[in-house]
Amino acid sequence: MTEQAKTLTSNPGTEKARVIVCAGTPCVSAGALDIYEEFEERLSAVDLPAEVVLEDEKVENEGLSLDLTGCPGFCEQGPLVRIDPVGILYTNVTVEDVETIIDKTLAQGEVIEDLCYEDVSGQRVLRENEISFYSSQKRLVLDNCGYIRPDSLGDYRRAGGLKALQKVLAEMTPEQVCDQILASNLRGRGGAGYPTGQKWKFTLSQQAEEKFIVANCDEGDPGAFMDRSLIEGDPYRVLEGMIIGAYAVGASQGFVYIRIEYPLAIKRLEKAVENLREQGFLGKNILDSGLDLDIDIRRGAGAFVCGEETALLHSIEGKRGMPRPRPPYPSQSGLWDRPTVINNVETLANVPDIINRGADWYSDIGTENSPGTKVFALAGDVVNTGLVEVPMGISLEEVVNEIGGGVPGGKKLKAVQTGGPAGGCIPADELDVKVDFESLAEKGSIMGSGGMIVMDEETCMVDLAKYFIEFSREESCGKCTPCREGNTRLLEILERITRGAGKEEDIDLLRRLSELEQKASLCGLGQAAPNPVVSTLDYFEEEYRRHIEEQECPAGACRYLVTYLIEADPCVGCGACARVCPVDCISGESQEPHEIDQNECIKCGQCYEVCNFEAVLRK
Amino acid sequence: MNSEDKISLVIDGIRTEVEPGATIMDAADQVGVHIPRLCYHPELSILGACRICIVELEKREQLVASCSYPAEEDMVVKTSSPELRRHRRDIVELILDNHPKDCQTCVRDGNCELQDSAYSLGVRERLFEGERKQYPEDNSSPSIHREPDKCILCGRCVRVCDEVQGVTNLWQQNRGFESVAAPAHNADIMESVCIHCGQCVNVCPTASIVENNVTDEVFEAIADPDLHVVVQTAPSIRAALGEGFGYDPGTPVAGKMVTALKMMGFDAVFDTDLGADLTIIEEADEFLNRFEAGEKLPLITSCSPGWVSFLETFYPELIPNASTCKSPMSMLSSLTKSYYAEQAGIAPENIYSVAAMPCTAKKYEAARPEHETPWGAPYTDAVLTTRELIWMCKCMGVDFRNLPDSQFDRPLGTASGGGDIFGTTGGVTEAALRTAYERFTGETLTNVDFMEVRGVQGLREATIELDGHNVNIGVANGLQNAKELFERLLSGEKEYHMLEIMACPGGCVGGGGQPYPPEDTFALDPELVKKRAQALYTIDSSKQLRKSHENPDIKELYSYYLGEPNSERAHKLLHTSYKPSERQGIK
Amino acid sequence: MSCCSEEYTLKEKIVEKLQDFRGRDRSDSYLIPALQIVQEEYGYLSRQHLDEVARLLSVPYARVTGVASFYQFFNFQPAGEYEIIICTGTACHVRGAGAVFDRFLEELGVEPEEPTEDGKFSVTDARCVGACSKAPVVIIEEKVYSHVAPDDVPDILADFGYSP
Ligand SMILES: Cc1cc2nc3c(=O)[nH]c(=O)nc-3n(C[C@H](O)[C@H](O)[C@H](O)COP(=O)(O)O)c2cc1C
Ligand code: FES
Ligand code: FES
Repeated sequence: MTEQAKTLTSNPGTEKARVIVCAGTPCVSAGALDIYEEFEERLSAVDLPAEVVLEDEKVENEGLSLDLTGCPGFCEQGPLVRIDPVGILYTNVTVEDVETIIDKTLAQGEVIEDLCYEDVSGQRVLRENEISFYSSQKRLVLDNCGYIRPDSLGDYRRAGGLKALQKVLAEMTPEQVCDQILASNLRGRGGAGYPTGQKWKFTLSQQAEEKFIVANCDEGDPGAFMDRSLIEGDPYRVLEGMIIGAYAVGASQGFVYIRIEYPLAIKRLEKAVENLREQGFLGKNILDSGLDLDIDIRRGAGAFVCGEETALLHSIEGKRGMPRPRPPYPSQSGLWDRPTVINNVETLANVPDIINRGADWYSDIGTENSPGTKVFALAGDVVNTGLVEVPMGISLEEVVNEIGGGVPGGKKLKAVQTGGPAGGCIPADELDVKVDFESLAEKGSIMGSGGMIVMDEETCMVDLAKYFIEFSREESCGKCTPCREGNTRLLEILERITRGAGKEEDIDLLRRLSELEQKASLCGLGQAAPNPVVSTLDYFEEEYRRHIEEQECPAGACRYLVTYLIEADPCVGCGACARVCPVDCISGESQEPHEIDQNECIKCGQCYEVCNFEAVLRK
Repeated sequence: MNSEDKISLVIDGIRTEVEPGATIMDAADQVGVHIPRLCYHPELSILGACRICIVELEKREQLVASCSYPAEEDMVVKTSSPELRRHRRDIVELILDNHPKDCQTCVRDGNCELQDSAYSLGVRERLFEGERKQYPEDNSSPSIHREPDKCILCGRCVRVCDEVQGVTNLWQQNRGFESVAAPAHNADIMESVCIHCGQCVNVCPTASIVENNVTDEVFEAIADPDLHVVVQTAPSIRAALGEGFGYDPGTPVAGKMVTALKMMGFDAVFDTDLGADLTIIEEADEFLNRFEAGEKLPLITSCSPGWVSFLETFYPELIPNASTCKSPMSMLSSLTKSYYAEQAGIAPENIYSVAAMPCTAKKYEAARPEHETPWGAPYTDAVLTTRELIWMCKCMGVDFRNLPDSQFDRPLGTASGGGDIFGTTGGVTEAALRTAYERFTGETLTNVDFMEVRGVQGLREATIELDGHNVNIGVANGLQNAKELFERLLSGEKEYHMLEIMACPGGCVGGGGQPYPPEDTFALDPELVKKRAQALYTIDSSKQLRKSHENPDIKELYSYYLGEPNSERAHKLLHTSYKPSERQGIK
Repeated sequence: MSCCSEEYTLKEKIVEKLQDFRGRDRSDSYLIPALQIVQEEYGYLSRQHLDEVARLLSVPYARVTGVASFYQFFNFQPAGEYEIIICTGTACHVRGAGAVFDRFLEELGVEPEEPTEDGKFSVTDARCVGACSKAPVVIIEEKVYSHVAPDDVPDILADFGYSP
């Protein structure tokens, strides 16, 4: 540490320093904007060879989301401030820290230890790439995120961008491109893991007067934001992959379908498309290769099911986003009945590297059947939440404990949920499972598009299943019977179980309905919707039984099933609980132990939260 | 196609061959295995929504919907197994669980595809019952009654309204569990662009869309001693009514029908076909006038009320072209409350005039203000669909099959073959040509069969030579086809002199009020429509009297009452007018 | 025809934009973009506006409302002046967003999406807003509240001038 600090101080001020304030939504919510302003104000007052950068000028708010830079993903520790070119990373920065940073680090090249990340062992880590959160990752598609200005085509090209496209157009036939992708064994990152090379080859082989390519950035899984961060941080990479794909399959028109909830990503994409068009990388006869391609950005309108490919195509066509039976597959008959290739944006972002560095290089990363990396949005009860990119085949344990830093607050890990509403959970004792398509499926979960939620012992598995079913019920398009009606019935059964009104036969009914929905639904939404129920039943049936037979929630999470009690000994009679109780059901003399009237208690849990003496028990 | 191009697959152990593009369901039908189905309809696009038609494929966990899954070479399909039956049963239960529990009192009790499925798939208990969707009923229209609670989202009404009729008044609204098929804004039928044709009623598997039932009113009128209750029957119902009593489609039952109506207590039974003859006379006259003057051509027929609504809602620019003749029903009703009242010495206010029609839109037509008597009552007091008439017969215990034949009553009971064939597409044109020819040329027409305009295809064109003039004729049934005809007309691609438009596929024989089809056939089945049409041509060809203008009752009517065609009295009683709808549709 | 008068209550720039869509190939595929433009301009889709979009793009009314009612982004009544957005993404759910949501409804005495009587506030939920590390998250007028507990609700409302 001191060693490194010295190297920094050896030549202060010779190179212009850049202060990069992360303006990711999490950082902003923690005050990044104020920090940025403070920097701006103070820096303008002193004469230092330094500038402060908050990517994308000022935050321009559009609707929901706030503007972000290419978020480096370490959101839990935000607001983040990085000092380039040396790459010092300050975490949990406050407005008050700004002055010190300017005085010490910028002016004198001194590192402020207190602001550096403290790892699990209590060590202070200076640079971003030395933090275990980053060092266990393998960043391919996120390589540029946080390091280049997302709007700048120049930055992208300086980082090696567009080389692959130039190579493809100058040296390769469409067949060769398809073959190289096939040889790399790149598999779709949108969830199903279908080999991209095969899809492309098939589309290439279709005779049609017109073909389309579509980038799927609908990303509707709750808790997932990989694709958004990728587009916000490195939009050209995705577009380059898409242009290469268009060349490979013979498409003349591309569409990016992106959630309307992602205004910044949309803006970045629009800008990037415009720049590419200006520079001749889109339009007629691209780089004199004879390839004509334009890309249109279509915003979604709030429907998770539109991530499903046929629903997405309907949505682009201006229809209700209702899936249709397949076959025919989009590669045979997609948009306006023309052959259409659809890929997830992360899939496409892998393409330029595969072209540049070769199929062999790529297939060496990860596992044989699941080569490459996968980006996850790590969240839930874990110390470090954020965006992580790991090689396939890494163990779940490594992701949760090394990168994620384990479960906080001394609590025990219960399970990890992957794949969002279509996925399942992996219990703590299966944590050595490898993170790849097949291994996760074997354990009853799926890779999905990248949501990963860590759950501690206070998470109720019935409640979790209920949450996901509620989501699927809301998002069901309503077309096919098993999904439309089935999710409602599953939810009703789960609800009564969590209320303590479950019936003996409910577990059988859940399994029976789940099987029907999985096997008979029209699209992937219905087919996968019961997965959270089935996988929690498989691993935690006992927990369901406790709810049904003993009206008890072992995790203490089901509101109707918990009881709050005040233990007389630790209670000092401060009255805090009685004051917060919304129904005034806590009584007791001042300085005397208090008591909860169980008949009146609505189990809101506020007394439990407010008590400073651990006198309120939840059972 | 040689057998090499065919696809060979195995259904339940039976190897069979199908044409490329055929589905598993097609293949199963071919080997005699009837896979249960609900959303599937042979004349509509494939939806794949209900999932009742699921089957197992060898080596595949996922079940597939046989109605939409293409047959593939060497595919091995199983259409029945304990698991499949359980899944199908559960699917039907899931539909029932979100459906009112009033089967015993429902108008389609005993005649409901959902009920049949529940029975045949063995839903004997409810395992998953819970919340049900709730939507208000829509009673706004005289024609169509909607109960969205009973909608099972098979999407047939949506598809027929869009794909066949080009009206697109119904669409799935909302999402997921709250989905429902409804007009824009979930508005009432009367606030929508509905044209009341009733094709949605024909294809609805449940009672979610039915006709507005007026059988009670008619029963009450019959029982009212102060009322003289008259009924008229449309050409095409005699070709379809029998289906309600177990006759094969296409069995003409006019004689029994008249007997049944008399048994039910109607005081007089008139023939709408006479109204049709009258329409021909008036319309032929109108045509000749326009043709000579070269104005307002093509003349477009106006006897189909669904079409008239479509005209007013979607093509107001063509209103001047529409014939001003009232429909046969409205002409006959007008004469019933004028000419007949006078002849029979009955105060017209005391006449209650009922029309039995193959059509739901006739209910709407009857209620239009243009068809009101000077004393404020409608000329047609009640319109019954063929379905309602069948039900009334059954309700009264009429043993239809064993009835003797009877004749229609005079003075409005004689019809020519020209009037009879009004009930099928091309019939109006043919009848008009029989009369126009003789009027035009002054010669006697010996071969009255204009085969050029016959057939059930949706869109036909013919050029007929009349005295050295070429008359270009277009015939369309099903409004999507009509749209295409107008497209040709309005773009100037084609010049027409006369267009016959019928809203329903096949014409009135395929009307929105016709019986729910017997087993082995289905609504919109071209074969069914053809059989019913054939019945009308048979009636026509077995008659001596084939030309409308030779109808003796009509001659009498003109000489004693109306005077000339298009006379002032004829105009007052037999003609009408149209105006653009307030809510204009989008073509 | 007088019956089809081409008068629109939509702003002229929107009419022009929609006419531009209409002139393009496969113009009905611009239905959703058209609805988005109207929603973004007015905050909701009125019956009148939906019908005008239908006419401008020549898409049947029932299909227009069918499409609009399918997608969550579209509202059919105006939102409150301050729209309170509660994230109910997974992370926020797990950390108690449901109770926060209920508390807002309770404090304001409204149903989800329904504006308060004075039109000032409405409460709505959103899928993950991407601030999971700060869950549960509430957003009002671009102001982001993190780690919100039900008891914070009155204070948050007070920031926007609400007193019960
Ligand atoms: C309900 C549902 C939601 C989906 N959502 C997404 C999504 O948000 N993003 C995505 O790329 N793929 C999603 N998919 C998968 C797509 O249908 C499709 O398989 C994918 O876009 C193909 O691209 P890939 O081969 O590159 O993975 C979803 C599938 C289903 C059934
Ligand atoms: S009949 Fe095949 S899905 Fe409905
Ligand atoms: S779940 Fe709320 S911000 Fe992600």
